[in-house]
Amino acid sequence: MSAVRDLGALTLRFVDDLGRLAVFGGQVLRAAVVPPVRLRAFVDEMYKLGVLSIVIITVCGLAVGMVLGLQGYNTLARFGATNSLGAVVGLSLIRELGPVLTALLAIGRAGSATTAEIGTMVATEQLDGLRMMSIDPVHFIVMPRAAAMMVVMPLLSALFIVMGLFGGYLVGVGLMGVDGGAYLSSLESSVDFNDDVLGSLVKGLVFGVLAGLVATYRGYTSAPTSAGVSAATTSTVVVGSVTVLLVDYIITALWGV
Amino acid sequence: MSMTRAPVRDFLVGCFVLVGLAAMAYLSIRVGGLASGPPGGFKVYATFDEIGGLKPRAPVVVSGVKVGQVTAIVLDPRYRARVELDLDPAVVLPVDTSASIVTSGVLGDRYVQIQLGGDPEVVKNGEDLGFTESAVILERLIGKFIHNVGVDKGEKTDQKDTGEGE
Repeated sequence: MSAVRDLGALTLRFVDDLGRLAVFGGQVLRAAVVPPVRLRAFVDEMYKLGVLSIVIITVCGLAVGMVLGLQGYNTLARFGATNSLGAVVGLSLIRELGPVLTALLAIGRAGSATTAEIGTMVATEQLDGLRMMSIDPVHFIVMPRAAAMMVVMPLLSALFIVMGLFGGYLVGVGLMGVDGGAYLSSLESSVDFNDDVLGSLVKGLVFGVLAGLVATYRGYTSAPTSAGVSAATTSTVVVGSVTVLLVDYIITALWGV
Repeated sequence: MSMTRAPVRDFLVGCFVLVGLAAMAYLSIRVGGLASGPPGGFKVYATFDEIGGLKPRAPVVVSGVKVGQVTAIVLDPRYRARVELDLDPAVVLPVDTSASIVTSGVLGDRYVQIQLGGDPEVVKNGEDLGFTESAVILERLIGKFIHNVGVDKGEKTDQKDTGEGE
C-alpha cells in the first residue's frame, strides 16, 4: 500500500518538477527578448562556460578519437576493410559521440559550476537583494548563463569532433599504417552534410538548451543552505546527463540522425 | 559579477568562437561535402543495369585519380539507373569512353571508374557516356558459383547412381 503511495508521490513530484521547469524555461525565453540585452554578462559566461572548457574538450576528443581508431582498426582488420576506418571514426563521432560526450562533459564541468554559483547566490540572499532593487534575477543572472550554454555547446561539440577525427587519424594512419588518403576519402565520401553534420549541430544546440536550463533551474530553486546547494549541484549532473541521453535517443529515433 | 570591461577575456572568447566556427565549417564543407573535391561543373550521364551500392557523393576516378563525384541517381523510363556525374571540366572525355562501377577492396565503397577512349570526338556537357559496365554483385557471383558446383555434383552423383540427396 505504502509502496504504491510512494510511487504516486514520486510521479506527482516528477510531473510537478517538469511543469515548473517548463514555466522557468518560458521565463528565461521572455527574459531573452525583453531589453536590455545583457551582452557583457553573456560574454563573461561564454568565457567561463566555453573558453575554460576548451582544454577538457580537446583532450577528451583526442582520446576518444584515438580509442575509436584503435578499436575500429582491430574490428575492421578482421574483414580486411581497414580502408573504411575514416567512415567508422567519422560517423560515430559526428552522429553520436561528439554531441553526447561534449554535453556530458560540459554539464559536469560548466553546468555544475553554474548551479553552485546561482545556488550560493540563493543561499546568501543575493537574488532577494536584486529583487529588492526591482531587478529580475531571471533576466540578470539566469538568462545570460542559459544563453551562453546554448551557444557554447555546438561550438564545443564541433571542436570535440574535429579533435576526434584527428585522434583517429593519428592512431589509424600513424600507428596502424592505414593509408592517409583512404582514411580521409572514406571519411569524406561517407559523411553527408544533411544526414549527419546538420543533425550533429542540431543535437549540440538542443543539448546546450537542456544543459543551460537544467543547470540554472537547479541553482535557482536550490534550498538556501550549504546542503541545498550541494544537492542542487549533484542533481544538475544527474538530471542533466540522463536528460541528454534520453533526448538523444528521441532525436535519433524520430529523425534518424 | 564582473561587469567591467575585460579586453583579454573578450579576445579569448572571440578566439573560441572563431575556432568553434572553423571546426563547424570544416565538418560542413570538407567532411560533409557541401563543397568538396576538385572543381565540378561538367556534367555527364551514364546509365547502368545495376549500380550495386553506389551512392551520391561517391568519387569518380580516372586512373585512380579523383576527378569528380556522383551527384544524382534516378531511375530512367526503362527502369535502368541513370547516374549523374559531376566532373572537373579539365577532363576531356572521348565519345567511346566507358564508365564502370567498381569496389575498393572486397567490401569497400562503390565508386565510378572512367576508362578513357581514343575517339577524336569528345563528350559535351550534359551528354551520355556510350559505354557502361554495371556493378558486380558479390552475392550473385557466389550464388552462380554455388549453383554451378551443385549442378556438376548432381550430374556426377547421377552417373554413380548413389541417390544422395542434396
